[in-house]
Amino acid sequence: MTDQEIIELINSSLIEEFELEAERMTPDAHIYQDLGLDSLDIVDMVVVLENAFKFKIREGDGVRDIRTLGDIHRFVIEKKRALEGRTA
Amino acid sequence: MAMKNRVVITGLGAVSPYGRGTDALVEGLLQGRSAVRTMPELARVGGMRPRLAATVLGIDPKEIPRKLRRSMSPMSVFAVLAAQEAVAQGGLSTFHCGDGRLGVAIGSTVGSTQAIEDFFRDFFTDNSLERMKTTLFFQIMNHTVAANVVQALEISGRLLAPASACSTGCQAVGYGFEMIAAGRQEMMLCGGADEFHPLTVATFDIMNAASFAFNEEPSRSPRPFDRDRDGMVCSEGAGVVLLESLPSALARGASILGEVAGFATVSDTGNIAHPDPKVMARCMELALADAGVEPEQVDYVNAHATGTQQGDQAECEAVVAVFGGSVPVSSYKGHIGHTMAASGSLELIAALELMNRQRLVPTLNLKNIDPLCGGVRHPEAVSASSIAVFVKNSFALGGVNSTLVVRRYPND
Repeated sequence: MTDQEIIELINSSLIEEFELEAERMTPDAHIYQDLGLDSLDIVDMVVVLENAFKFKIREGDGVRDIRTLGDIHRFVIEKKRALEGRTA
Repeated sequence: MAMKNRVVITGLGAVSPYGRGTDALVEGLLQGRSAVRTMPELARVGGMRPRLAATVLGIDPKEIPRKLRRSMSPMSVFAVLAAQEAVAQGGLSTFHCGDGRLGVAIGSTVGSTQAIEDFFRDFFTDNSLERMKTTLFFQIMNHTVAANVVQALEISGRLLAPASACSTGCQAVGYGFEMIAAGRQEMMLCGGADEFHPLTVATFDIMNAASFAFNEEPSRSPRPFDRDRDGMVCSEGAGVVLLESLPSALARGASILGEVAGFATVSDTGNIAHPDPKVMARCMELALADAGVEPEQVDYVNAHATGTQQGDQAECEAVVAVFGGSVPVSSYKGHIGHTMAASGSLELIAALELMNRQRLVPTLNLKNIDPLCGGVRHPEAVSASSIAVFVKNSFALGGVNSTLVVRRYPND
């Protein structure tokens, strides 16, 4: 998967789950203030991302530091690359 | 008797198998239209005989914002839409909802069976909680409907979530009435809601209380009081009424649609499933006494009658014992099936609206009166009728009887 494909899968998964508007899915969009998510949504977002990418996100992986959509993109890309590196 | 506040009805909201709104409900009843249809998906439950239901069509849950909707199963969606209708008719503003004078008493039989099924179906694959969404609990908790209504309408008064299966809606209105009468709340949104699930039908099928003889002719079942009745047809919906103290309604200049004059609820300890006519009669007598109404003053009885052999017969026997044989009696379940926890409040709304339109609606599919359901007057056609006082019965598994007495307003 290219980085762009990962970003597109993240965005489409979040758009579907949280009924977001596609044009608001910019990397600088703040997940609370701009996308309107809350703490319950963030827990569910983890489930959505785990299901989309077939990996587990653990406590301490840095989910709590996520603030923007760009943070989510970077988080998932790094996680995926790390797992690929482990299996390569 | 202690002094108590008079309680009036100032708003009605309905989501029924006829669709959305009190008007749709009343028009469907006046047209004598059956909302029952075939449900082939009932075949997915092994051993199940019925194939009929009356479900709510044409509702788009997405009109409720996602953040409110994420904690709602269909029963909460129905209840929120009904509550919004009642509040709008009552002319309540967001301020009224949030100032503490308005409370909620709305219940369901159980939380969402579909949500429970979905969860356990997934859970049992590997006993893992890792795929569980945070909003699941809010759909299955016992007070899911009431909680979702207060969140959606930002209602800040007390919350009560009665659960007494088919008596829920009637009890909710009764308990709300008592809270206002006692001066604990000025206004209450009261009612019941339920959503269709095949296992609800299964529950009644294993007790031989669900209809299956008319699987090929859906509009012919259920048949309350009829010789050929063979059980109930499960359906879904929500009925919510806005109750208010008379002084509050008068001070606001609200349109008063009727008065809740009395309420009673009693427990039948003879059998958890089979009703005793004597206990039903006692419930009606207590409600009349609470209202200060004599049996001969009652112009109409809106029966619980679901179309089961025992229930319909027992209710007729009880009505004859209390009222004699001249009061008109009908059940709306021939039209819309059994909306379970919603039935008491939904049917109350229809009966109230029909009282105000001066119409009497007969029991649909009642062609040949069962001799065991005789002795009462079963109207044969929609007719003009001047009703000043009616009685609404609801009886539930678990031995829960409840009766409301409603009066036209003004009535002094």
